[in-house]
Amino acid sequence: MTGIEANKNTGTKRSDDLAPHKWESRRLINWSSAWPWVSAMVLLLALPVVFPSGSAITIMNQMAITIIFALAYNMLLGQGGMLSFGHAVYMGLGGFFCMHVLNWVEYDGLWLPLPLLPVLGGLFGLAFAFIIGSFSTRRAGTVFAMISLGVGELIAACSIIIVVFFGGEEGVSGDRSMGPEVFGFDFAQQREVYYLIVAWLLISTLAMYLFSRTPIGRITNAVRDNEERAEFLGYSQRHVRWISFCASGFFCGVAGALFAVNLEILTEENLNTTQSGIILLVTFLGGVGFFVGPIIGAIVFTLLQTVLSLYTEIWQLYLGILFVLTVMFFPSGLTGLIAVHIAPWKAGKLGLLAVPYAKLIIPLLAFVLSGAAILEILFHAREASVGDEAMTLYGITFNSHSLLPMIVAVVVAAGSVVIMKRIMPSLKEAWDAASPVSNAP
Amino acid sequence: MNKFAKLLMGAAIAGLSATASFAADNIKIAFIDPLSGPFAATGKQGLAQYEFAANELVNKKGGVLGGANFEIVAFDNKISPKESLIQLQVAIDQGIRFIAQGNSSGVANALTDAIKKHNRRNPDKRVIFLNYSAVDPALTNDKCNFWHFRFDANADIKMDALTDIIKKNEGIKKVYLIGQDYSFGKAVAAAAVKMLGAKRPDIEIVGNELHPIGKVKDFTPYARKIIASGADAMITGNWGADMVGLGKSVISAGFKKPIYTYYAASDGITKTFGSDGEGVLKLVGEGQLNPPPNDRADAYVKAFKAKNPDTDIGQPRIANVIEMLARAIEDAGTADDMVKVATALEGMEHDSIWGTKVKIRESDHQAIQNVHILAHTKNDIAHDFDNSGFGLKVESTVDMASAESPTTCKMKRPE
Amino acid sequence: MSLFIVNILDGLVTGLLLFMLCSGLTLIFSMMGVLNFAHASFYMLGAYFAYQISTYVGFWPGLIIAPVIVGVLGALIERYGLRRVHQYGHVPELIFTFGLALLIEEVVQFLWGKSQKAYEEPAILDFTAFSIAGNAFPAYKVFMIFVAIGIFLVLLYILTKTRVGMIIQAALTYPNTVQNLGHNVPLVFMGVFGVGTAMAGVAGVIAGPVLGTFPGMAFLLGSIVFVTIVVGGLGSLWGALLASLLIGWLQTFAASYNVRMEDILVALGMEKPVDLASSALRDLWTLTLPQIGPILPYLLMVLILIVRPQGLLGKRET
Repeated sequence: MTGIEANKNTGTKRSDDLAPHKWESRRLINWSSAWPWVSAMVLLLALPVVFPSGSAITIMNQMAITIIFALAYNMLLGQGGMLSFGHAVYMGLGGFFCMHVLNWVEYDGLWLPLPLLPVLGGLFGLAFAFIIGSFSTRRAGTVFAMISLGVGELIAACSIIIVVFFGGEEGVSGDRSMGPEVFGFDFAQQREVYYLIVAWLLISTLAMYLFSRTPIGRITNAVRDNEERAEFLGYSQRHVRWISFCASGFFCGVAGALFAVNLEILTEENLNTTQSGIILLVTFLGGVGFFVGPIIGAIVFTLLQTVLSLYTEIWQLYLGILFVLTVMFFPSGLTGLIAVHIAPWKAGKLGLLAVPYAKLIIPLLAFVLSGAAILEILFHAREASVGDEAMTLYGITFNSHSLLPMIVAVVVAAGSVVIMKRIMPSLKEAWDAASPVSNAP
Repeated sequence: MNKFAKLLMGAAIAGLSATASFAADNIKIAFIDPLSGPFAATGKQGLAQYEFAANELVNKKGGVLGGANFEIVAFDNKISPKESLIQLQVAIDQGIRFIAQGNSSGVANALTDAIKKHNRRNPDKRVIFLNYSAVDPALTNDKCNFWHFRFDANADIKMDALTDIIKKNEGIKKVYLIGQDYSFGKAVAAAAVKMLGAKRPDIEIVGNELHPIGKVKDFTPYARKIIASGADAMITGNWGADMVGLGKSVISAGFKKPIYTYYAASDGITKTFGSDGEGVLKLVGEGQLNPPPNDRADAYVKAFKAKNPDTDIGQPRIANVIEMLARAIEDAGTADDMVKVATALEGMEHDSIWGTKVKIRESDHQAIQNVHILAHTKNDIAHDFDNSGFGLKVESTVDMASAESPTTCKMKRPE
Repeated sequence: MSLFIVNILDGLVTGLLLFMLCSGLTLIFSMMGVLNFAHASFYMLGAYFAYQISTYVGFWPGLIIAPVIVGVLGALIERYGLRRVHQYGHVPELIFTFGLALLIEEVVQFLWGKSQKAYEEPAILDFTAFSIAGNAFPAYKVFMIFVAIGIFLVLLYILTKTRVGMIIQAALTYPNTVQNLGHNVPLVFMGVFGVGTAMAGVAGVIAGPVLGTFPGMAFLLGSIVFVTIVVGGLGSLWGALLASLLIGWLQTFAASYNVRMEDILVALGMEKPVDLASSALRDLWTLTLPQIGPILPYLLMVLILIVRPQGLLGKRET
């Protein structure tokens, strides 16, 4: 790397991942930063052994696909500062195209080993991002957001009108196991698909990570932080945005292709605005300022969606509350919450926080549980059928129509708030003590 | 296990653990339909009817196979095909072999396809698909398979019955067709054009159009066109908010002729239409609530309402699904061998609680039954919807509608 | 011709309704620089509150009380939510309102359930005002037109002729200077947000009986409201009016006239494929104007943003 390029890299104001910068090493990765990748690989290989059921694997596949999609989305939002309200389009289009490819394989004798399908999906997503990006990335900010919303709505609407390509509301379905066998696998079983998806998860994540480390990835950050300064450095902000938009489109297409492989069907829901909203939510929940943020967001969101909805009907309400609270109090997301502890940890002062945290956790837990209880009781009292007044919550069965449980829940909630308020000052003190002086505001 | 512990467990192992051991004596039916989101009301209504039917029609009578009870296990698919396939996988992992679904033909198409592939790839864990509501004709034609059974009359059968009634009504000279722009809306329009053309070539189709599904905020412009066309009747396959929006706009724009429709009852729709719909709204469908066809049906609906005062029997066929499945399991003598159960269900003739025969056609697994034209009215209503005083009253009936209709289904049966 | 006049009137109703939402939104945007994604959710809240009030005391008190509640709620959300998020920057602000929209929809479903509510227009307006060639024009729609025009005039008067209006206009461009002159700018912001959301509430109250009161009503209208103010020019009241009417008529006329692509293509000298069902272009041939009517505003918006990013009457770029 030349000195000039190195200078440009300093245009970035904040670090984008938890790993320390190793620019002086002149290599994109060195061995000391390889361990997260190796351990992730080992973990991913071991997961199906721990959770062997078909549904577990389907959910893990879904999670892996969401991770790729969220990371690709964050190439725009986190790294480029571009807020897109219609990003499901690129994943959906890649997926639809791959579904057609699978059908060509099945009916028209096209020769294509399944593991290579994501390349085609990615290229299709890239091609589309290239076209849309040619005009939408001219400006950042609200104009970009609004164009992305408009394009998203247009293409979602086309998915119903253009039946030839999108298959109407039924979508397009196919069979992944009709291609040539690869090393004796025909990919009929979910587990085989899991390993295929995981391989692509690792490849794409690594590729996206490396992209954020290349000069162009760095310039993207510079454009996000200060367009004019980047222009003065001799970079066309428009081209920089366009390039990262295309790269993001490629990985969205890869995610779409994997979706096609996993569920063997693509429908209108894959590219509608709800889907676009969800990926924004996922990414933000995880934390847009960090490379690993979207990964954490995707894992948490998929778990919430599949697990929480098994236990409560009003899971979307909880999700909404969680999202709004995250934006209000932790704008750097769940990863940000973890990241603030790194400085005390490095200073060896994390222990100072242990006691106040332990004190806080009980009232906090009590507050969350009693708050949820209030909502659940209200919901049960309204929705339950006659004679079905008994509800079971946290192992206790009671009559949801009587006042007592509600009073108990309200009292516990109020009590825990009072206790938390009392604890707060000592927690703040502990924080001040634990934070290294240089980082204190 | 209590709910909290379950939640913690769930969070810890993400509900991903290996196949849960299932109680030997219960026969589980997975109910995969929307229980959250905009269509939750319909899904919950279906769930309440399933739970009630399983209890009332099977478990209270001693179950099947000498004491095995039916248990309905609810899965929320959020009306998304993607979520449905995930929930299907979860259900299969829990050892469930019967899948019930009805809301949205898009979801049904995804499920029937996935079940076909699953049964081929996993012959030891086959499942049967009990489709109680999705009426896209393709499901029992080009897309039919041995594992799929449809208990509702499909869109073509309903249109066949509807056009039989229109045929007799000499006052109708001009008909306006309008529907949502997707496969079901198109199927309704195509069937109407074809069947009206065959039965009443003198009827002029003065309008045949599709509007985007779920995107129209105000139907007034459509209403203006319909009025201006001078139509004597209107046919629509709209459902949900699109049905309410269209119906209310057309009525308030001054349309006083019959609106023939598929889904304009219950879930708040009956109440919303109220007196405006009197004499205008006509539904085509199976299942007779008013006047009650017999004492048994009357008592069944009353008992249901006593337990679920805010819900209606909006899909009477659910009782048929449960009764016929119970019979098929008895006839097959097993609830594990799906080939035997499916074979027992094929061709079954059943005297339903609603006073009509129901026959599952062997050729395409489509239920053949009486189809009624039902009027939205306040008079002679024993069982209303939405506790509004308004309900559906049988106006005319086509016996065993479309029993001989052709099908393009070429069913492949397992060897 | 008579149908044309009816369509003009219907489009006017749609456009003015849209304007009631857009005027508030565009005011909020020009003050705070934030596009409020939850604006249509306040419209929904207005309808639901009014429905609830109407079950106790009838329609008319709801017309006043519901918007007041919505406005107070909006002001509180500005004070304790938006102002907090404001310090993090514009993108988190936008995301906050986006999350708020999701949350409000969930809360509405939690409180009122998922079915459509039987929220009715008042009996006194439940008659046909006049008919044009068999097409009835309900009295309630006449009422809607008058309410919307009334609100526009009041708003215009306040903004241009009163002291409060002057302060607001000044705070739009020079918030710091206005602050230094001793005015409480955060309070002005809170007030504008409250009034803006209250106007969305009014729109909900009067639109609920016509367009239906159900949990999806905000989502259905939400993005079109944005489209309108972007087309009109962010921050421009006249632009919002122009764009609202334009989009109202665009949608009404697109739904009314069955222009078929087939006719256009044939007129252009193309030949219709004999075997349409297997043609790759079959969807193009069967396309009609009503089919694409609802997406025309989005097309319009994308085109305008490409050609004239500041919108029709906007003065500055977004």
